[in-house]
Amino acid sequence: MSEDIIELIKKNVIQGRVTQDDEGIEEGMVGQPGVTELIKEALASDVDVSGIINKGLTASMEVVGQKFENEEYYIPDMLASAEAVGAAMEILEPHLAKSGVKPKGKILIATVKGDMHDIGKNIVSILLRGAGYMVKDLGNDVETGDIVEAVREEKPDFLGLSALLTSTMVNMEDTIKALKENGLRDRVKIIIGGAPLSQEYAESIGADGYGADGFHAISVIESLNSGDSLDS
Amino acid sequence: MPREGILISNPLERLSGEQVRQIHDASIEILNDPGLLCFNKKAAEIFQSRGAKVAGVSGSDTPCWTVKIPEKLVTGALDSAPKTVTLGARNPDNALIMKGDEPRVFFITGSETNMWLDVDFPTYVNKSDPGKEIKVPEFQPRRGMVADLCDSAHVCEHLESVDGYIRTVNIQDKDITGDNKDVNKFFACLNNTTKHVMSGLTSLNQLDNVVKMAEMIAGGPDKLKENPIISFITCLVKSPLQFVDDTTETFMEVCQRGLPIVVSSSPQAGTSAPIKEAGIMAQINAEVLAGITLGQLVNRGTPVLYGSVPVRARMDTLGDSYGSIETSQYNIDCVQMARFYKLPNYSTSGVCDTKIPGQQSSIERLFSDIVVTLSGPQFLHCAFGLLDCNSVFCLLQAVLDDTHFQMIKFFLKSPRINEQELETVKKQIREVVATPQKMFINYIRPVMRSGEISPPYPFEGDGDSDSVFALANERLQELRAKPVEHIDPDTTARIFREIPGLLPRLNVYKGER
Ligand code: B12
Repeated sequence: MSEDIIELIKKNVIQGRVTQDDEGIEEGMVGQPGVTELIKEALASDVDVSGIINKGLTASMEVVGQKFENEEYYIPDMLASAEAVGAAMEILEPHLAKSGVKPKGKILIATVKGDMHDIGKNIVSILLRGAGYMVKDLGNDVETGDIVEAVREEKPDFLGLSALLTSTMVNMEDTIKALKENGLRDRVKIIIGGAPLSQEYAESIGADGYGADGFHAISVIESLNSGDSLDS
Repeated sequence: MPREGILISNPLERLSGEQVRQIHDASIEILNDPGLLCFNKKAAEIFQSRGAKVAGVSGSDTPCWTVKIPEKLVTGALDSAPKTVTLGARNPDNALIMKGDEPRVFFITGSETNMWLDVDFPTYVNKSDPGKEIKVPEFQPRRGMVADLCDSAHVCEHLESVDGYIRTVNIQDKDITGDNKDVNKFFACLNNTTKHVMSGLTSLNQLDNVVKMAEMIAGGPDKLKENPIISFITCLVKSPLQFVDDTTETFMEVCQRGLPIVVSSSPQAGTSAPIKEAGIMAQINAEVLAGITLGQLVNRGTPVLYGSVPVRARMDTLGDSYGSIETSQYNIDCVQMARFYKLPNYSTSGVCDTKIPGQQSSIERLFSDIVVTLSGPQFLHCAFGLLDCNSVFCLLQAVLDDTHFQMIKFFLKSPRINEQELETVKKQIREVVATPQKMFINYIRPVMRSGEISPPYPFEGDGDSDSVFALANERLQELRAKPVEHIDPDTTARIFREIPGLLPRLNVYKGER
């Protein structure tokens, strides 16, 4: 039973179906349970949470990643699968501790003050959720003070900052300064992204990492998570 | 005499009259339901005072309102928005007169790219035959600087098919700050081209200084009204359907001053707009109409352009794909919508997806340049030098684009077929047929010098190798060497005295006085 449902979860992540109303890629799937329904069902039948995560979610994202590499899947497919994983993790979150699963980490993400560009940041958020992180999106044009407050309250492991304008990217440096002034800088690893930025810029303002795109963001965060240095 | 542009006698249309109507109706419905989300308080108040349904959104971190715009406000705005917009120029012969119902196209540069591409031609030696050498263009990106902006404005002054100048590159010098960027970018442009100058505004607090500078150059406030040598562009609506706080504020301030402004919306089909053509069209049209309506409510009769920068998302990154065929389709559709409203249109072509000049860039840009031009937008932007989806500007590419547009313009000349012409050629045919050689060559010469024969491609090489880039680069150096008519010394001195924040190195007369 538990194997069956994990298989179904896996299949539906690969199909990118969050709920039963989603179409997926194969024909005729609408109406059949999606990842949300399946996860709830699995929890109700006491299926092991770590099994769901490892064999259902992580394994299926590996398949999806492979399909993306082979150019069989495009980014919208990838995002749909990531969204399905994100939805699953949200339901599973309260159950992680008692199942002995160590959460991967919490990420706050925001587009900085004065900047309205958020398409890239939204994509990065979805992909990070798909990679198993808890992501809280603060939106765009976020005041530096609000970011500082959110870091204080939410105690995230990572802070992701996005900027697309050269006139607003300087607000990233201000944010880092403000975190320092509030004694919060060492509590959180900061990763920045957006078209005008670069690794050098990240280093120059004292960020911990730079993500050129969503996939790169995941690998940078994973390496920061495992304590590797930036340039490894 | 203003610039002529090129009149399209039979503009290319993709939409039937009924489809145009259907899009219009859908947009009107969207403006009412769901309406727009407005992050600018003043704009929300203006809409409310004129009868739009406005309600505060509770639970939002930043204050915002839903604005449901009734049809009568939109039709009122479409009535009062001028159908002819004049974009003036430092040299009045370079003024652009754009009539909403006349498909006369002007080709203009754009946009604010962060990167500038330098080109160099290192020599490569053939390994198996060291006697054989070729020069290969290598492109080197770097951050744009104010000197580049001057360089680009200067070269574009001399590019024949460039009708007007949108600042091409984002100036990122160390001494450029939020507070002096606008005055420096406008001055750099205005001082190096006598064509029309358009730009976005970085800081609203610089607007008055920019306008004051333009007034000094134009000869006073009234002269600037008559001959608006500068204009603005704002993306006040962020797709889908959101009035952004700061750009909306800037937009309203510019409208209040009665200077021309582009109401530009740039939805991306697939991410910030539906992937289906019907969807992005209904949405972008609603967004532009919402902006135009606000502009007319702020200052009835203020000149606006219907600005459209629709683009399809790439499936591999969800970044923009200006090179996609659909992007051209949407732009042509927008040209038709604007013409339906008899408003001058600002549309986009010529931006490519690739990062450097080469085959892909030539194919992508020439394709969209031709088809979008044929549809007859009055203001065709982005057409020169832009690469990497608006992120990179390359002057060499702009020189190449200039020749593309000259070809397109030539192609669009009206056919010279009339009774007199036919009489002449019938006579010619009879005469030639009666000669032993039966050749028409003798008749070429008078035509050859009349401009009726298209010139050869100017960058054609002489042998087996493709010399386009090298020859275009020679041309670029020639253009750089040509003088440019700067703003006169007295006005320059006054500008530097009265406008704060200008970089002394931009004063070309500095050493002389
Ligand atoms: C779409 C767009 C808009 C849309 C934004 C819609 C939206 N919902 O975001 C609209 C039309 C609203 C807009 C408005 C403006 N824009 Co704009 N815009 C763009 C455009 C064309 C594409 C950006 C985009 O969405 N790319 C697609 C996404 C997928 O890519 P991305 O954002 O780079 O994100 C990826 C990576 O960077 C990275 N990443 C991003 N964020 C993060 C965060 C983290 C933590 C990590 C790890 C990684 C990461 O991963 C992402 C996924 O791969 C760019 C040009 C360009 N090619 O970049 C101009 C551009 C950024 N805009 C520009 C300008 C000038 C403006 C305006 C000022 C125009 C005006 N005059 O009003 C306004 C600014 C308003 C404001 N205050 O912010 C200029 C900026 C130049 C400069 N000065 O720096 C650009 C470069 C265009 C140009 N050449 O003129 N814009």
